[in-house]
Amino acid sequence: MEPTVLIGSVTLFVMSIFLGFELITKVPATLHTPLMSGANAISGISIVGALLGANVAYEGGDTVVSGILAFIALVLAMINVVGGFAVTNRMLNMIAGKKRGGQ
Amino acid sequence: MIDDQWVGLGYLLSATLFIFGLKRLSHPRTAPRGNQLGAMGMLVAVLTTVLQMELGDGIEGWILIGSGLLLGGLIGWVMAVRVEMTGMPEMVALFNGFGGAASALVALSESWKYIEDDTLEIPTGLELEVMVVAAGLSALVGWMTLTGSLLAMLKLKGGVELFGKWIRTPTWGPSWLNPVKALLFLSTLVLIYMSIQEPTETNYLFAIIGISCLLGILLVLPIGGADMPVVVSLLNSLSGIAAAFTGFIISNSVLIVAGSLVGASGLILTFIMCKAMNRELIDVLFKAFGGSDKEQLTRTKVGSDADEVAMMVDGAQKVIIVPGYGMAVSQCQHQVKEFADLVSEKFDTEVKYAIHPVAGRMPGHMNVLLAEANVPYDQLIEMDEINPEMPEADIALIIGANDTCNPAARTKEGPLAGMPIIDADMARTVVIIKRSLSVGYAGVDNDLFYMDKTMMLFGDGKKMMNELNAAVKEL
Repeated sequence: MEPTVLIGSVTLFVMSIFLGFELITKVPATLHTPLMSGANAISGISIVGALLGANVAYEGGDTVVSGILAFIALVLAMINVVGGFAVTNRMLNMIAGKKRGGQ
Repeated sequence: MIDDQWVGLGYLLSATLFIFGLKRLSHPRTAPRGNQLGAMGMLVAVLTTVLQMELGDGIEGWILIGSGLLLGGLIGWVMAVRVEMTGMPEMVALFNGFGGAASALVALSESWKYIEDDTLEIPTGLELEVMVVAAGLSALVGWMTLTGSLLAMLKLKGGVELFGKWIRTPTWGPSWLNPVKALLFLSTLVLIYMSIQEPTETNYLFAIIGISCLLGILLVLPIGGADMPVVVSLLNSLSGIAAAFTGFIISNSVLIVAGSLVGASGLILTFIMCKAMNRELIDVLFKAFGGSDKEQLTRTKVGSDADEVAMMVDGAQKVIIVPGYGMAVSQCQHQVKEFADLVSEKFDTEVKYAIHPVAGRMPGHMNVLLAEANVPYDQLIEMDEINPEMPEADIALIIGANDTCNPAARTKEGPLAGMPIIDADMARTVVIIKRSLSVGYAGVDNDLFYMDKTMMLFGDGKKMMNELNAAVKEL
């Protein structure tokens, strides 16, 4: 890895941490759980890593165990992503729906 | 081959969508849109990755990848749609554990390639150091998130059914456990350092995984059920950090950005939740309280019965229902709604609900439960708005709430000091449905139980609400 690539990654990391700290300031209690759930779905982003890993491992031929591990990661990350966004959506619909008068 | 610039732009778009998604999720009006933006960001990230692989060297493992996506998506979807509204906090904890495990597994898969395939050249110098350190930290945080989340889920459930027997989730944490945790944490760092010297030594790898799993369990084990929301939120933050570390291994920008965004904003949310409960995060995590030296109960209170309470309700103009943890446990929100309908039809009584910000297992828990029972949203009043109305209320009906309406919080001493409470003691009559006089999570005796105007209905929430409804119908 080129040192410049590493510096770039570290820069991204630090800046995103700062952005994350600033992004959320005041949250009403009703939204604590949906926000947590939505953020949790976003942390399923490791699905990208799992996809790349599953493909590379498959091509390699000699890396069966790596492939299996990446496949399990892919399934778990996908559960996290799809389930997370769907559950958040259900929670928010319930809160918003009742606000409009039980629609 | 698709240009790397396009891949970078795709990931940038995805990261931007995540940022707007998170921002909008924190405002009530824009929250549903925020969730959709987040989902769109994820779709963009996945499509970009798949396109990159297909247009690059071509995807060899289409079947593998397609079936993985389909299987995971299907399981996640079914779980999300099937779950009862009341089981949502557990579900969030479980999904969170999966996310952490996924990051750790990707890291493991990357390291394992070099172990099982001799022809692959092990990187050297800076590249090796970055890879090993990132993989080690990703494993530490990821496996910890998995076991911690699973235990948190069991704690939220209250226990597991094994061979037809209900086993309660234990809470255990002597004070000597904290140095042990610190020691385990340090030993993981040492193991990571040793892995740099011998990157293909699998024993180090397994030791890191084992210790991390143990750490997750030890972190959550001493913490009581009432503090689980804070813990799940913290674990959510950790799963983001794990994804970011995994991003370093494979030099992937979107993993780093999205992971650290969730890590940082999740930590802020954790602090916000702590503040609402008037707790310090450090206390929640490392100072188990309310367990051992609970106050001895010396006072007694004669219980009332449902008929007596029903007669009080007849003639009341305004009833304020204060739901708490007990309502969630006994799942009696439908009976509560039935009661509200009965008295408003029969006696023309005005019914409102007083929602404490941290009542129940999760912030917003009461809102979700009552919404499930079709309670109109405008009857759910937040604490600050309902408190001025309390003195006008003829009856405050407390269902399984304790600490959130304990007048001891107004004093300057004790674990509850300074916590905002529902002023139920201001109502003309207080009716409390509770299984016993025992102290709440904070371990503080509740003067409210012993006041002259208080009527205690001792029993399970659902049973007592059914009795109360029957008594009201008979009047």
